[in-house]
Amino acid sequence: MPDITELRAPDLTAWTCPAPLRDHPRVVMGHGGGGALSAELVQHIFAPAFGGEVLAQLGDSAAVSLGGARLAFSTDSFVVRPLFFPGGSIGDLAVNGTVNDLAMSGARAAYLSCGFILEEGAEVAVVGRVAEAMGAAARAAGVEVATGDTKVVEAGHGDGIYINTSGIGLIPAGVDLRPQRVVPGDVVIVSGDIGVHGVAIMSVREGLEFGVEIESDCAALGGLVEAMLAVTPDLHVLRDPTRGGLAAALNEIAAASGTGVVIQERSVPVPPTVANACAILGLDPLYVANEGKLVAFVPREHADAVLDAMRAHPLGAAATVIGEAVEAHPGMVVARTGLGGTRVVDLPIGEQLPRIC
Amino acid sequence: MKYIDEFQNPDLARRLLDDIHSTVTRPWALMEVCGGQTHTIIRHGIDQLLPEPVELIHGPGCPVCVTPLEVIDKAMEIASRPEVIFCSFGDMLRVPGTGRDLFQVRAEGGDVRVVYSPLDALRIARENPDREVVFFGIGFETTAPPNAMTVHQARRLRIRNFSLLVSHVRVPPAIEAIMRSPDCRVQAFLAAGHVCSVMGIGEYPALADRYRVPIVVTGFEPLDILEGVRRTVRQLERGEHTVQNAYSRAVRPEGNPSALAMLEDVFEVTDRAWRGIGVIPDSGWRLSPRYRDYDAEYRFSVTGIHTQEPAECRSGEVLQGLLKPNECEAFGTTCTPRSPLGATMVSSEGACAAYYLYRRLDTTTAPLEGSPVA
Amino acid sequence: MCLAVPGKVMDIELRDGTRMATVDFGGVVKEVCLEYLPDLQVGEYAIVHVGFALQRLDEQSARQTLDLFATLGMLQEEFADPWELAAEAGGAPWPDGSGAPQEVQK
Repeated sequence: MPDITELRAPDLTAWTCPAPLRDHPRVVMGHGGGGALSAELVQHIFAPAFGGEVLAQLGDSAAVSLGGARLAFSTDSFVVRPLFFPGGSIGDLAVNGTVNDLAMSGARAAYLSCGFILEEGAEVAVVGRVAEAMGAAARAAGVEVATGDTKVVEAGHGDGIYINTSGIGLIPAGVDLRPQRVVPGDVVIVSGDIGVHGVAIMSVREGLEFGVEIESDCAALGGLVEAMLAVTPDLHVLRDPTRGGLAAALNEIAAASGTGVVIQERSVPVPPTVANACAILGLDPLYVANEGKLVAFVPREHADAVLDAMRAHPLGAAATVIGEAVEAHPGMVVARTGLGGTRVVDLPIGEQLPRIC
Repeated sequence: MKYIDEFQNPDLARRLLDDIHSTVTRPWALMEVCGGQTHTIIRHGIDQLLPEPVELIHGPGCPVCVTPLEVIDKAMEIASRPEVIFCSFGDMLRVPGTGRDLFQVRAEGGDVRVVYSPLDALRIARENPDREVVFFGIGFETTAPPNAMTVHQARRLRIRNFSLLVSHVRVPPAIEAIMRSPDCRVQAFLAAGHVCSVMGIGEYPALADRYRVPIVVTGFEPLDILEGVRRTVRQLERGEHTVQNAYSRAVRPEGNPSALAMLEDVFEVTDRAWRGIGVIPDSGWRLSPRYRDYDAEYRFSVTGIHTQEPAECRSGEVLQGLLKPNECEAFGTTCTPRSPLGATMVSSEGACAAYYLYRRLDTTTAPLEGSPVA
Repeated sequence: MCLAVPGKVMDIELRDGTRMATVDFGGVVKEVCLEYLPDLQVGEYAIVHVGFALQRLDEQSARQTLDLFATLGMLQEEFADPWELAAEAGGAPWPDGSGAPQEVQK
């Protein structure tokens, strides 16, 4: 250590800063992260360009009326790396992701479309394995892949295989799942352990690899949702907390409903391996992606019965109450910490990155 | 996880809090130096559980946030070159340089990769002998030994396509700088435990003595933070100012001798600019001349890049507890977590970013003192 | 700076002349460089930061620290409870419970 008497005091009153980065002139990864950047892209570019009342719902799937029937309609694209990971593959995700988006409207998926974008040089055997996984997932979910398309891009212009799926399904009479229906007093339930899928994917991602006995929770939630709706069609809103995790799902609901959300952090089910992987990488489990979980806002009088029904279903065996909607702090999500303090659970801005400090 | 879960025990936290509550008789301003400690405080809501007279001032201790604009500009210049694979810790990517950040460089075609360890970057260099692999070597004394070992290995294994862009910072000169500021309100420090795991505690007695401040080496779990607060408050109430080690399970007084020897070999002390603060003498490390061949600044001739940081942000005053974040004109207007101006807004646990979140909470409801369950 | 976590050494091997270990962090396993703790043995714990073991974790110290915490405030228990004051300052106890389902209650 130098002789400290020699040190000059720096001018702390003259902290200086760079020009702000207000607008991204180009798309960055965060625009696909399911957080604030994604939302801005939709809000400022897509929604104004497309117009339309249905799109303005901005749910996981759109509810539309056609020929007297109420349909849920949804689309999702899958660009996961690597293509195969512990507990699943891009094929499983492509089917279950869209099936679940429909389920969040209360609909049982009926038909899917499937668009492949293949990279020149991709192994046909790999495409075959992905297709088989899709077929198996579709049969398990009771949905039919009814139409499809294939395009090939030049080597280096894709990442092996990208998949888009769209789906439609019937919304049962009396079911109206929208965040706008949430009212203070609603009970917040999650269907099981959170963060499992995200940690399984990270464990095999280049540059982060770690060994962990954990498999993606990727699953189709249509059956679980049916079991819940059998208790009462009057659930208020459902979300599958995929990108951006539970934090993003709760923030979207809080923002769209105009209520506040309070969660009890100690009640949120986080498996030890997920907690420990997050501890190493400096991530918050609330922000880690899930693929086979849902979060439900349920009228207080139905909460116990819905919870019982969820626990009776294999995909909801570990369902638990984590919090409630409140009048206070509308649009914001607040967590009660294990020590009795309070913290704000904000909408993630972009991609979740491992941190060192 | 063993040695983490036990140190989050709510019953023991209550005992520590009880003790702090019964000890404190008047206002005290403590600074936790490390961003990791700030993270724990916010994540667990610890600041709300402390007695009101105890104020925690969040320190400059996030090496990501204090990395100067000029170094980020150098990083972006290097990362933009087609032959380069630029590897970095994840949190460095979103720190804005002039006009853009490393995410944008990637969007513009730069090969920017997130790694967990500098050794991963070295592996990437071995796997890509026809590319230049550069690792962004930032961090405090905790991260310096891993980066030093990596460049040492590169030289030993003759991996020539690897280099390090170094912007290391050292904690004690920063503590000194804060204490020398004429209006400084900080009365005690929770020193950064993992820095001391490497460096030991030998640098602190002179500081504690000279500025008559208690310095307590503190860990990162909730109980560690509370114990750090408890010990500093106890000293302040008694008028003492000694150096204490409250993180003895991971900090030995002498530090880690092997790591210290490697630091001595690979790095040399240099003046270093801290983002927003300005230059603090002797507060950084750069590669020693023996490792010049592995210094990305020279290899890519970016030593000539000098960026002037425009003056708008007043995080220096925030850092000293002289200014509340919302009293800054840029706060919430030109400076938000989305487009941060300075270090204290860049990091999610920076004083300004934290204040931004909680201000939103306060303006939408009764203050936190009220029940959130209306 | 900061993000360093305690892990248990599972096995040790030399790789390219470097002492490397498999370290278990409560079910999460990573490769860790042991060059800075040359005498660290299998079964011991160390603080690990960005893939490097930086300091041996002293089990006895950890236990002593926890024991100390457990004895704090023994004499104050019959007096006013500062915890309640803290809870007031930090917000009301979770949640009021009126009509709440079992799981939301404390």
